Amino acid sequence: MALFNARVTVTLKNGVLDPQGKAIEGSLSALGIAGVEQVRQGKVFEISLNADTKKAAIESLNFMCEKLLSNTVIEDYCVEIVA
Amino acid sequence: MKTTVIIFPGSNRDRDMIAAITKISGHTPQTVWHTELEIPASDLVIIPGGFSYGDYLRAGAIAARSPIMDALSKTANRGVPIIGVCNGFQILTEAGLLPGALMRNAGLTFVCREVKLEITNAETQFSSRYGQGEIIRCPVAHHDGNYYADEAVLKKLENNGRVVFRYAEGTNPNGSVNDIAGIINERGNVLGMMPHPENLIEDAHTGDDGRRLFESALGLVA
Repeated sequence: MALFNARVTVTLKNGVLDPQGKAIEGSLSALGIAGVEQVRQGKVFEISLNADTKKAAIESLNFMCEKLLSNTVIEDYCVEIVA
Repeated sequence: MKTTVIIFPGSNRDRDMIAAITKISGHTPQTVWHTELEIPASDLVIIPGGFSYGDYLRAGAIAARSPIMDALSKTANRGVPIIGVCNGFQILTEAGLLPGALMRNAGLTFVCREVKLEITNAETQFSSRYGQGEIIRCPVAHHDGNYYADEAVLKKLENNGRVVFRYAEGTNPNGSVNDIAGIINERGNVLGMMPHPENLIEDAHTGDDGRRLFESALGLVA
């Protein structure tokens, strides 16, 4: 067993409207920050987990995403081991 | 007649629902706590509104993974009528008992007001006491009621009469696609809706447009 530190990112699928992202876009523009094309808001989970191998850790994280961390109707997820 | 109301930590419309069912049916519903593993024999099961688990992660997400949900799924598969109102609708979608998802309101604000609903299918067991196309009053109170489903799912819902309630023209409070306010599952025994019919059942509520929903659901199983 080894301890893995993972970062899971959950974002809205392309094509799903993101009113929060739109509001942030508007606010950036109000601050006078130029050049912003688009903002999409998502969630980041920092997860420490014990697993036999890196592969097993990634499998477990994918399972977490499918079961709970993301709603696959509207969201995509991305799993990475950071340490 | 037996009605069951399922309660989660953070449910807060359970007492309104129990009061409404008691006044309409003359029977007081039994309650089931989310940690239980069985739902007693029921003619109607209701998931009330509220903010289960403080809407952490996503509205309804944690509640949808509660111990009671296996039993709810089995109850649905037996054909028992199930109604999820507001947070109950969010929980049913998160649990996969209804398709689609309820996202943050398009206007980003919590909406608490009255809307008009069009009865778009009066032939369901939840709407049979209404007229087809009838417009009724109904209160809403939610932050995450913006119904979304992909094109394929929407087509199935629309083509099979599974959109039961639609926000009447100009009253969509949350940006829901196709003005969808309430849908049923394929079998027709699970209803999810954002508006609160239990809060418009008597004169003290200034009207009783919500009453016939419960009369429809309870009448069929009486």
